[in-house]
Amino acid sequence: MRLELQQITKQFPGVLANDHISISVDKGEVLGLLGENGAGKTTLMNILSGLYRPDSGKILIDGKERVFRDPAQAIAAGIGMVHQHFMLVPVFDVIDSVALGSEPTRGPLATFDRAAARERIVELSQRYGLSVDPDAKIESLPVGVRQRVEILKALYRKSDILVLDEPSAVLTPQETEELFDIIRGLAKGGTAVIFITHKLKEVLAVADKITVLRRGAVAGETTPKVASQTQLAEMMVGREVQLTVTRSAAHAGQAILEVEGLNVLDNASATAVKDVTFEVRAGEILAVAGVQGNGQTELVEALTGLRPIDSGTVRLDGKDLHGLSPREISDAGVAHIPEDRSRDGMVKDMTVAENYILNSYHRAPYSNGGRLNRVGIAEKTAQAVKDFDIRTPSIETKIGSLSGGNQQKVIVAREFGRDVRLVVAAQPTRGLDVGSIEYIHRRIVEQRDAGAAVLIVSTELDEVLALGDRVAVMYEGRIVKILDAKDATRERVGLLMGGSVA
Amino acid sequence: MSRLAGLWTRIRLPVLAIFVALMAGALVIMLSDLEVLGTIVHDPIGGLGMGLGRVVGAYASLLRGAFGDPAAFGKAAASGGNVTLWAKALRPFTESVLASVPLMFVGLAVTIAFRTGIFNIGGEGQFMMGALGGSLAAIGLGAMGLPAPLPLIGVVVAGALAGAAWAFIPGLLKARLGASEVITTIMFNYISGQLLFYLLANWDFLQREDHTQPISKELSQFVIVPGILPIPELRLDISLIFVLLLAVVVSWFLFRTTKGFELRTAGLNLPAARYAGMGAASSVILAMLLSGAIAGMGGAFEVVGTVKQLSTAISGGVGFTAIAIALVGGTRPSGVIATAFVFGLLRHGGGLMGLETRIPIDLLLFIQALVITFIAAPQLVARILRVPFRRRPKEVVA
Repeated sequence: MRLELQQITKQFPGVLANDHISISVDKGEVLGLLGENGAGKTTLMNILSGLYRPDSGKILIDGKERVFRDPAQAIAAGIGMVHQHFMLVPVFDVIDSVALGSEPTRGPLATFDRAAARERIVELSQRYGLSVDPDAKIESLPVGVRQRVEILKALYRKSDILVLDEPSAVLTPQETEELFDIIRGLAKGGTAVIFITHKLKEVLAVADKITVLRRGAVAGETTPKVASQTQLAEMMVGREVQLTVTRSAAHAGQAILEVEGLNVLDNASATAVKDVTFEVRAGEILAVAGVQGNGQTELVEALTGLRPIDSGTVRLDGKDLHGLSPREISDAGVAHIPEDRSRDGMVKDMTVAENYILNSYHRAPYSNGGRLNRVGIAEKTAQAVKDFDIRTPSIETKIGSLSGGNQQKVIVAREFGRDVRLVVAAQPTRGLDVGSIEYIHRRIVEQRDAGAAVLIVSTELDEVLALGDRVAVMYEGRIVKILDAKDATRERVGLLMGGSVA
Repeated sequence: MSRLAGLWTRIRLPVLAIFVALMAGALVIMLSDLEVLGTIVHDPIGGLGMGLGRVVGAYASLLRGAFGDPAAFGKAAASGGNVTLWAKALRPFTESVLASVPLMFVGLAVTIAFRTGIFNIGGEGQFMMGALGGSLAAIGLGAMGLPAPLPLIGVVVAGALAGAAWAFIPGLLKARLGASEVITTIMFNYISGQLLFYLLANWDFLQREDHTQPISKELSQFVIVPGILPIPELRLDISLIFVLLLAVVVSWFLFRTTKGFELRTAGLNLPAARYAGMGAASSVILAMLLSGAIAGMGGAFEVVGTVKQLSTAISGGVGFTAIAIALVGGTRPSGVIATAFVFGLLRHGGGLMGLETRIPIDLLLFIQALVITFIAAPQLVARILRVPFRRRPKEVVA
């Protein structure tokens, strides 16, 4: 089956989301659809899956024009979507989850024929190498396997065209490798695959051909044989980018942050951080790697005073931080770039200036005896906007209307705009475009070179490897290993993230 | 010019909402009139004309009640300087303004809470407690024979303290125990009503001499709130000036002080307020204290200045109307003042409409309810009036 999208255009109020985009994918082929957030990938796929109608343009399957009024019609035409956020019912088992909505039935009362469903699922998972226990409950399965269930779901509905939206976002490197094997297997079996991502390595590894989107339009088409990462990044961003931060070797000084035997509880009062011990020295970056949900969030919250320490000690410059408030910790010289930018890091309905002073509004020059000093705030914010290259119409613009990269720059400017002893940066570049990632990495390295201790928590292996002078790996609440940068290979860290002790 | 355009985008929704609600009210006027309905069956055009006549009649008397009768103005003008005639012509309007003053107080009170993310439904109770505090202070201080402004100052301070104390309890419960302020403040409204009733019926200090009904002593014998107009029939007093200044202060507090910044941050994004090291619990308590104090001052002015006697009817739903006013006014002090003024016009004008026509004043409750519905669901107004109303969606392309 051959799928073609021709000259698809979709206009939203104020945004031309898709501007005459044409892509095609053949039977047995893997198309890598590459683009940054906001490039129009998701809109295009929502059009393909029948959620949106295009303003103009055609969808052709085997040369015949098709119009999808709703997702059911797209599914009937053989298009299967695997979403970034899985659409599974946690308490169902695999058979129920896969068959849900297209259950085989038998008898006069049309009862659910589980045996038939099971047989088909087993057959499919064998044919495509998707090993899954059909009787396992979804909630008991690791994310990587849940994704296989999603893929099975699409295949079960006889999809000839499979769309995977940012499928590696939740996977460990090893799981990602397995996913690539599955994709190759599917292609060999005749399925056409569209693989959506913003990760350059991944398209190069798995795609047969690549279409790059930028600002709603096709920025270029190429193949992994001829394209390099740098070329793809340039196509994606529209200018030259430096993919790896150039940084000199660390000159680590005395320990600034010392964590010993730290235990922290999560919201359900289960121990999320278990007996963690490490230190971060002046002038070095310690990068904590780990799959999302292995205690990193709780660790960062405990270090910054947002979550109580259950037991153990945390010392900054030799001073015990136990029981100190977030403000006292911040005043002691801890800069915190929070993991969830829009939840913790900013107030989206407030202006750039208000967000810039969010945690230092009570000090001069921003206020004076309880009164906000508008002149001081405006001057400092304008300076920060200039220094950190924040693209905003004005400092009175609501921060929520800026791009993610510029929002993060406001946060980074705020946190780095004072005397910093320790930087705690959680997922500092999540969801950002390549250009902003490059910029923020550079700023973090600058802090290190200026003598600050830097703790980075990231689920992006690339980020961990690019920035870490030392790499700590967290798994199930414990730091399973701390490696020097030279020993921290992709494979080794990846294995540790998956829980194997290497 | 762009300033004006900015103002229009801000007030467009409330203005259109009020307009659409009045249109819907017109429909109700027509449909609830049996004579009109009876005629429409035989003679659609005649019936419709009759219905429209009823609507015009009702709204005309609403306007006369709110702003005054043009005929009365004519008479007054013809007479030259006849004070009585002028007073008669101007009185509807000043009474409308007077009716809006308590709405302004409680509207500002609720606004501070809303800005902090607290849904203070307790304006009613805080207003009542303020009225109680004000009455007690008036009786107590009035008897002491203090020089002129002191008793009044005492009344206002007592009203503020009583309202603040009443709001403090739900505030504390929310801050310390996470109790929903929606529930607690509603319950406190009931308690304050019953408390007022009990005290008025059983406490000789408060209860009117030789009376068995729950009604207080005549307060004007103790304290007088000075009027601001030269004609005594026009009852506007300094509470109007006070509340307008208060609106300026509230605006300054919310947008120009560090405490105001903390409250607004807590209101817009509580996790971010925590992240920024602001004490979320103290923000809740502060907001409730200020909110209660302002509502309480409104109650004190209302009972001592306007009504001049305390009864359980003193609040008359002002706490609930104030919620609508705060929302329609966009939780901005200037918007609250403007909206409270419009609601005051409707309130007082509706009184005359009820007298002159067969339309009950309840129609205004219906119109108010519709206004709130439209403010809560802007898309509804957009559909009805077929105007594009969508704010530019953020990040449609993800």
